[in-house]
Amino acid sequence: MLDLENLHVTRGNFTLQANLSLPAGSRAAVIGPSGSGKSTLLAMIAGFLHPDQGRVRWNGEDITNTAPGKRPVSVLFQDQNLFPHLSAAQNVGLGLRPDLRLNHAQKARVGQVLAHVGLEGMENRKPANLSGGQQSRVALARVLLRARPILLLDEPFAALGPALKVEMLRLLDQFTTENNTTVLMVTHDPDDARAFTPSTILIEHGAAHPPVPTEPLLDNPPPGLRAYLG
Amino acid sequence: MAAGIFAIRRDWGGGAVAAALAALILGTLAAVAWQARGLSGLGPWDWRAVWFTLWQAMLSASLSALLAIPVARALARRRFPGRALLVTLLGAPFILPVIVAIMGLISVFGRNGVLNDAFRAFGLPEITIYGWQGVILAHVFFNLPLSVRLILQGWQSIPSERFRLAASLDFAPADIARHLERPMLRAVLPGVWLAVFLVCLTSFAVALTLGGGPRATTVELAIYQAFRFDFDLGRAAMLGLIQIALCLAAMSLARWIAIPAAFGAGLDQPDQLTGPRGWRRITDTLAITLAAVFLLWPMLAVTMRGLPRIPALPADVWDAALRSVVMALISAALAITLSLVLALSVARSKSRLIEAAGMLPLVASPLVLGTGLFILLRGTLAPQSLALPVTIAINAIMALPFGLRALIPAARDLRADYGRLADSLDMQGLARLRLLTLPRLARPIGFAGGLAAALAMGDLGVITLFPSDQPTLPLKLYQLMNSYRMADASACAVLLMAISFALFWLFDRGGRLA
Amino acid sequence: MRLQALTLALLAASPGLAEDKPVLTVYAGDYVTSEWGPGPKIEEGFEAFCNCDLKFVTGDVLPRILMEGEGTEADIVFGLNTDVTARARASGLFAPHGQDTSDMSLPIEWTDEIFLPYNWGETAFIYDETRLENPPASFAELLDAPDDLKIVIQDPRASISGLALLLWVKEVYGDQAPEAWAKLAPKVLTVTKGWSESYGMFTDGEADMVLSYTTSPAYHIAAEEDLTKKAAIFPEGHYFMTELAAQLRTTDQPELAQAFMDWILTPDFQKVIPLANWSMPAKLPQADWPQVMRDLPRPEKTLFYTEDEAEALRQPALDEWLRAFSQ
Repeated sequence: MLDLENLHVTRGNFTLQANLSLPAGSRAAVIGPSGSGKSTLLAMIAGFLHPDQGRVRWNGEDITNTAPGKRPVSVLFQDQNLFPHLSAAQNVGLGLRPDLRLNHAQKARVGQVLAHVGLEGMENRKPANLSGGQQSRVALARVLLRARPILLLDEPFAALGPALKVEMLRLLDQFTTENNTTVLMVTHDPDDARAFTPSTILIEHGAAHPPVPTEPLLDNPPPGLRAYLG
Repeated sequence: MAAGIFAIRRDWGGGAVAAALAALILGTLAAVAWQARGLSGLGPWDWRAVWFTLWQAMLSASLSALLAIPVARALARRRFPGRALLVTLLGAPFILPVIVAIMGLISVFGRNGVLNDAFRAFGLPEITIYGWQGVILAHVFFNLPLSVRLILQGWQSIPSERFRLAASLDFAPADIARHLERPMLRAVLPGVWLAVFLVCLTSFAVALTLGGGPRATTVELAIYQAFRFDFDLGRAAMLGLIQIALCLAAMSLARWIAIPAAFGAGLDQPDQLTGPRGWRRITDTLAITLAAVFLLWPMLAVTMRGLPRIPALPADVWDAALRSVVMALISAALAITLSLVLALSVARSKSRLIEAAGMLPLVASPLVLGTGLFILLRGTLAPQSLALPVTIAINAIMALPFGLRALIPAARDLRADYGRLADSLDMQGLARLRLLTLPRLARPIGFAGGLAAALAMGDLGVITLFPSDQPTLPLKLYQLMNSYRMADASACAVLLMAISFALFWLFDRGGRLA
Repeated sequence: MRLQALTLALLAASPGLAEDKPVLTVYAGDYVTSEWGPGPKIEEGFEAFCNCDLKFVTGDVLPRILMEGEGTEADIVFGLNTDVTARARASGLFAPHGQDTSDMSLPIEWTDEIFLPYNWGETAFIYDETRLENPPASFAELLDAPDDLKIVIQDPRASISGLALLLWVKEVYGDQAPEAWAKLAPKVLTVTKGWSESYGMFTDGEADMVLSYTTSPAYHIAAEEDLTKKAAIFPEGHYFMTELAAQLRTTDQPELAQAFMDWILTPDFQKVIPLANWSMPAKLPQADWPQVMRDLPRPEKTLFYTEDEAEALRQPALDEWLRAFSQ
């Protein structure tokens, strides 16, 4: 269970509060107008941003002051998910050991995971020599390898073509189901939410609302969301 | 609360280095003042020196920064054979030992120089390098390369994706200038101007040799005179204090005008952009050619004269050269470590104080620094055993600000682009240094290390204050001149120049290849 | 091997590794210890009979001694100039040299009991006769020469020869010194920090004349067989310059220090001076001078201010100079 207890953060004119829970293994879309605080919410869960008030708990344990890398969290960003100077295999290997001192078994696992996402034989390529879809797969491979119980997706597939995006979501679906991963996904695309996340957290007027079922929300959106979805 | 403590604990390295720097620079000043039993008042000549210093530094900084823009832009958007070599070569004057540079400038612009020979041949009036114009010319010669390098780095920090986007939007050069280049320049130029201004603020030998007379006296020269002529430590400390006050004033000004550009990171794809065609191709060519001639000719002139005598140089010149190289390498390693710690800390905490401390060495008078250290340390160790370590340390410190100018923006970008990813992957400590920081910052680190090594190689100032029986190469050069051996001295100058340059090249190249 | 030794030396830099001989520490100016300066020959000569290790330590001699005070490690200072003896004496750090100075080969009387001259010369403007066919024959002619005769001088605030020029002009022109400077200033191409920068500009052909010493041509004659460099000898006289040695009152090697002072005026030491220091020996019969020194044209008149006079004139003369050059 991921609990956000009375989280509150203020940066200049911007404020965001959140008081909600997400059961382990559930998936929620995060939807709201631009600048409403979708990425801020994820940043607080990931540990990049410290809330002014409130607690973040995972299965009852307070992780509010835990460093990002020590949290039970993996993140896929909109871009810059890969270090350009490291090869695909190294980028993935970081998920096993942040100092990259991998033993044979670990190296073999990196190869397996890369093969699993369809990148066999591309281990030594640098990101610049991979297509956008391949880059996303490398990032995804690392998420698979880390297998953290929480996965935060900050529009990682926004730049991908429809077929690729569907392919990515399929891989994610398979993996998160197998591992009972809790997923929060920021998205602008209602279809993604319908397809992938049964529940949705709506952010508007400076507050992240508790998750509600996605289909009814999108079928009958409140006025703010309606204006946003168009 | 807890997060605050967390942040402080992580930042202790940068804070500690900054505090140590400030303590060293202000502490040595205090030590000199204390030895003198207080500060002394300044005479009218001292105030004239202050005004001249300010005036020439402003003019030199403005000219260097302005002239650097077309050169950096031309270099950024043109590809031609030998470009990489030229970029490296254009960096050379900044790391030239002053005495060598002045030899070169005089042989081109002097009374008997190539330029005046040509003017005479065409019946044109002669120009003179002696006077304030000589000081400005020399300062532009020294600082144009630094400005070009820093601005060029700014250009390269604009991801090529942006230029491709601009090309796809069919931007005219004016649009590119407005949307991509001007924001970058607005972020980079104040720092460039400030760096050059501060370098010129403490200028010493240039003003003394080319200034023509007491009209062109700088504050640093007045400090030297206070030491040498009057042994008036109180006046020296007072002047040192004024120099630091000028620096702080300039830095607060720069803080006011500096607006950091928010450029994202590119994915390291090799550049494929082509510059605009038409007349801009001609002006770019002209800018590069003029800069190359202006910057390289004096060095070529020195080389031509001194090269033939190098094989005949006596053995102890080579000993001194080896000693200087070892010292320069240690200085460079120290400078890299310190500036990296500072830059990462500045990038993390956005602390203006740490950044200011990193810039302090620019305006600290090496004379006050050396004398203050001497006063502070004399009770603890034999002065002879201090000479080389202190020289190494001071040279590393004096090179810090230049390294920081290149490292801080890069460290900020690194943090903005990859900080969260690294944090989320729990990359900490040495692993982060090895896998992220060093490879991503290799270029500015190489640049900073190269600068430090070369500046340490050519430095003469500090070591003369400390008793030593182990002369460095620049000291050897002066010994040759003082023994009437001007031909050997010019050979020694070529050697000094070659080694300084080789050190810089090795570091810089290493950084680019990494 | 060498690199290793060097690294060791850099790390330790401890003087006198595994030496059991007593060490005589001599603070000296930078130029002294270069292999072309007098240092190596002096070291060799003294160590030949002292059963000690003479150690030269180079740098700015007086400022360092004044900072170190009684704690200084120096036993001897070598290479002070007369412009600083007043301040050096006032520090009370030095002991008498104990030599008989009645019979020196100096153009002036020497009665100082603390500071002992080991060489001398005079200020002079040097020219190249192939480039300057009609050099000024007197100071007055120099002042009246056309302004396109360019000379380089040294800054009196940074250089001993520059300061000597101040005193030279003061002694020749007295109250008229400001007018003299006003005439000279347009001819001054530039003012350099030290003698070496000036001299380099002269040999490069930038300037027609350079402020240097009457003994400078000796180097060109003896070392380069170049007879074209000449000192312009002025009937108004030339300013006397000498370099001095003194022993520290606080020395921990009083016998060695005294032995060194005793040795300075001996022919053994003095014969080193002309061709290594390129200056006149302080006490050596003319017959023992190298030919080149004996042949040098000598000024008829030598000008010199006593220590107290020079100390009193320093600041006012400097102000006159500054004013003339700031017009």
